[in-house]
Amino acid sequence: MVFELSRPGRRAWSLPEADVDGPSLEELLPEAHRRAQPPNLPELSELDLVRHYTRLSQRNWAIDVGAYPLGSCTMKYNPKLSEEAASLPGMRDLHPFEDDDLVQGALELLGTLELALCEATGMARMTFQPAAGAQGELTGLLIMRAYHDAAGDPRRRVIIPDSAHGTNPASVTLAGFEAHETPSDERGLVDLGALREALADDVAGLMLTNPNTLGLFERDIAEIATSVHDAGGLLYYDGANFNSIVGLVRPGDMGFDIVHLNLHKTFATPHGGGGPGSGPLGVVERLEPFLPSPVLEWDEGAERWSWDHDRPRSIGRIHSFHGNFGINLRAYCYLRSLGPAGLRQVAERAVLNANYLRALIEEAFPTAYPGPCMHEFVSSAARLKRLGVRATDVCKRLIDFGFHPPTIYFPLVVEEALMVEPTETESKETLDSLAAALNQIADEAEGDPELLRSAPITTPVRRPDEARAARQLRVRWTPADPDGGS
Amino acid sequence: MTNLPGDRRYTRAHEWAMESDGRILVGITDYAQDQLGDVVYVGLPEVGTMVTAGEPLGEVESTKSVADVYSPVTGTVLEKNSEAEQAPEVINSDPYGRGWLVAVDASGSALEELMGADEYQQWLEQEVDS
Repeated sequence: MVFELSRPGRRAWSLPEADVDGPSLEELLPEAHRRAQPPNLPELSELDLVRHYTRLSQRNWAIDVGAYPLGSCTMKYNPKLSEEAASLPGMRDLHPFEDDDLVQGALELLGTLELALCEATGMARMTFQPAAGAQGELTGLLIMRAYHDAAGDPRRRVIIPDSAHGTNPASVTLAGFEAHETPSDERGLVDLGALREALADDVAGLMLTNPNTLGLFERDIAEIATSVHDAGGLLYYDGANFNSIVGLVRPGDMGFDIVHLNLHKTFATPHGGGGPGSGPLGVVERLEPFLPSPVLEWDEGAERWSWDHDRPRSIGRIHSFHGNFGINLRAYCYLRSLGPAGLRQVAERAVLNANYLRALIEEAFPTAYPGPCMHEFVSSAARLKRLGVRATDVCKRLIDFGFHPPTIYFPLVVEEALMVEPTETESKETLDSLAAALNQIADEAEGDPELLRSAPITTPVRRPDEARAARQLRVRWTPADPDGGS
Repeated sequence: MTNLPGDRRYTRAHEWAMESDGRILVGITDYAQDQLGDVVYVGLPEVGTMVTAGEPLGEVESTKSVADVYSPVTGTVLEKNSEAEQAPEVINSDPYGRGWLVAVDASGSALEELMGADEYQQWLEQEVDS
């Protein structure tokens, strides 16, 4: 802890004496807002500070260190070219209050990115306000609600498959709807019969991830779309798994009305460690009036980009300024670097890599639903249960082999689930060694299950007590009691 | 394979219900707690809340996932187990005893419509096989 390294009076900075007279603190702040005592901040030299955080950063796992097959998260490589573009002073130092006339380049970048992403998704317009996928979901659902309300037909329920991400029902509830779960069939796909039965005149829409969280393409999507539309509902596309179809199929052509993308997944912007992310939301033409305000417009006559705030039917603002601009900028670089043919290759290789890896570990960790997958697959570690080994033990052991674990215990419809997404950026050699590690772990489970239960053995922190941490959450450091208590 | 007392009735969503002093006690089964793993949080309805058979009455969160608890009966919540709220590990250690969740007004509920221990055991075997 940085607090434990603190020594009174040590400083990482030194400021010169002020040589101008300014107002005193007493003049600036009323007494009620002034601290009686300075805050208890750690006091360190610059070197101690740098060493401390460098050491911590070296204990971190990151995509720049090794493979990160965390299912549903698309932890692909983030090209350094995008980082370079984002750190150009003309981009980095922009202020969101800058006059439109002075930032035409940045606005053009957003406008061009919108066009490109609309083309990739088959949507008419897109907003960049949502800061990540879940906020995109909320925005889309608020638009769904505004649309039905404007038609004088307020609706209560939103249908969600049982394999959906947990954010879907949460967003539905937050948007003031009721979530209605619909089952998967024996193929792991939406049960069309059950869906049709659930579609009543109080259904606002269906939220669907395609391919779904089992890594399977919803082959009945045309019938699903027709059924939802016939019942007066809207179709929402959760873009979490867009990486597997980008450049190949467009959600708009499948019949979706609302689409969110996770730029921090499909479009290779940094992901994890607190983000920031970006979850742009696209809509078909009839939903355009409800988009968050303001909307970026190109004035052909004046040859000028500007923000249109005159949006009377808009659901309003859902983020300060225009979203996470730096992230959108990185996605723009990624798109322009790859071009349409490159994007298609992304999807094709992501699917190829997942199927290759799946085939290599199929015997030890069979997939819950047989057959080819898309960009990810869900295996089950249930076979190891008889040895007292759980999916979590397999994953902890994988850390010792130098891999980030896959997602586990999700989706809930698969027992002891291991959800693996290698992404297109991993080489065949990396996939081979990941498969070798998983197969060796399956052998170890037979011969020495205790090894798995006590893993990881190579990390600075072994196995935290997750249950105790959740039951007795303490996120604030307090000094140790000098008398020996805690 | 799992502990199933014969003194209560069971649901397909792995809850149990038992009559006790004119009230219906509700909890989750040993199988359910085993599947969830270490329970870290339980969200229960306030006393006086109307619950409906087959509708969610609360939720149980473990280090693995969050699961809705579906009410086996229809009625009004008379009491919730504050011990389980404070120390949710009792749901793991004693799911049929100290890990009960709520007590519901018995009137209007037909426990015999729920499964007995044998029938639930069969349902479990079927579900685990599939």
